[in-house]
Amino acid sequence: MNSIDATIAEKGLMSSEMGSERTLYPYVTGTSVIGIKYKDGILMAADMGGSYGSTLRYKSVERLKPIGKHSLIGASGEISDFQEILRYLDELILYDNMWDDGNSLGPKEVHNYLTRVMYNRRNKFNPLWNSLVLGGVKNGQKYLGTVSMIGVHFEDNHIATGFGNHLARPILRKEWHENLSFEDGVKLLEKCMRVLLYRDRSAVNKLQVWCLFPFVTSAFYPLFS
Amino acid sequence: MFRNHTTWSPAGRLFQVEYAMEAVKQGSAAIGLRSKTHAVLASVNKANSELSSHQKKIFKIDDHIGIAIAGLTADGRVLSRYLRSECINYSFTYESPLPVGRLVVQLADKAQVCTQRSWKRPYGVGLLVAGLDESGAHLYYNCPSGNYFEYQAFAIGSRSQAAKTYLERKFETFMDSSREELIKDALFAIKETLQGEKLTNSICTVAVVGVGEPFHVMDQKTVQEVIDSLEITEERADQGAAMQEDRSPETAPMDI
Repeated sequence: MNSIDATIAEKGLMSSEMGSERTLYPYVTGTSVIGIKYKDGILMAADMGGSYGSTLRYKSVERLKPIGKHSLIGASGEISDFQEILRYLDELILYDNMWDDGNSLGPKEVHNYLTRVMYNRRNKFNPLWNSLVLGGVKNGQKYLGTVSMIGVHFEDNHIATGFGNHLARPILRKEWHENLSFEDGVKLLEKCMRVLLYRDRSAVNKLQVWCLFPFVTSAFYPLFS
Repeated sequence: MFRNHTTWSPAGRLFQVEYAMEAVKQGSAAIGLRSKTHAVLASVNKANSELSSHQKKIFKIDDHIGIAIAGLTADGRVLSRYLRSECINYSFTYESPLPVGRLVVQLADKAQVCTQRSWKRPYGVGLLVAGLDESGAHLYYNCPSGNYFEYQAFAIGSRSQAAKTYLERKFETFMDSSREELIKDALFAIKETLQGEKLTNSICTVAVVGVGEPFHVMDQKTVQEVIDSLEITEERADQGAAMQEDRSPETAPMDI
């Protein structure tokens, strides 16, 4: 550990002094992300809203992004921290591609990398204020996992962040099954997003829905209530 | 002056690097071969005296990678510590095994550094790296010069030319060989380097890695069983009055 860091930390314990700053609260935030595994791959949905406190300020924020050849990431929480994470992942994928050797980072590897990053930041009391959903398909194997801002991570058949945990997961627990077709998967996601639109005050009525099967496709899905 | 530091000679050569490659040739033989799904490493055990135990030449680096060394064992140990460290760091970050092709490049880059600093000397050890990645089993050879090559089969160390001759004859079949056939071929190649000495399980070590099979050194009993089966097939060939193969006589360098 740097001795310089230690002296600054001693001065004001946790306060921000020159050079040592930490995230205290998020400013522009995204709300829930929902992901499910379906028969052929992964489906993820998130709305396109960026709230500035209680104001629904930005309405075209893309919170789902493809990573490399095999993965999709969705984030809720601080949008600027999500953009920072995208920069890290961009560099990671770039170096992976530069090897040009037939090996590539799959969703499991990206998920674990993100877990290490998030946990590391949490240990420095400077978290990336996000809950991430990481899904992907590699060699026919589907993968869906989540990482929180404190580094808690796990995999499951259906994942939700933020309000989605309280409103969408009960629906998913009841109605998800192993062999969901693409159409049924989208309908299920739409049902969850509708409930969120009714009950989550930071939800907006414009969605992004991504599907990942061997290749990635996207749809912008205006939802009218 | 030029010969004692890793600097250029007037003829455009790096003597220290070449001398390091000579050190590899002094070590006892190590052999590697691979098929699509398995890779086998075998080495000849050399002991300093009858009283001592033999040098360890095969090291497990990770569940999916192992190496066999020839040359300065101490350098080999240091490098295997580096390789293990790289593998475990990758596993920690990505929960996934480090592809052997990438490990080999990192090792080669490390070796290259020693060829470009006048206060360092090159590592005096050649490594046969056998491991798995997404496309199956691979075998690489890392030189002290910082070069690395991928091989279907290779032999390094003293009297390795005899083994190479045998492997050159048979390598085309290796890709589709079964695990057992690969091990037999490895032991046969070891036999070639022994130049008449009897092949027993105390004189050689064999290790295997494959898809679904973690890297491990085979226990001596199993090795002896394979050796015995080799001899049975050999006797049959002799009795069948097949042509005796010419074993190329080799002027062996001083075996230290």
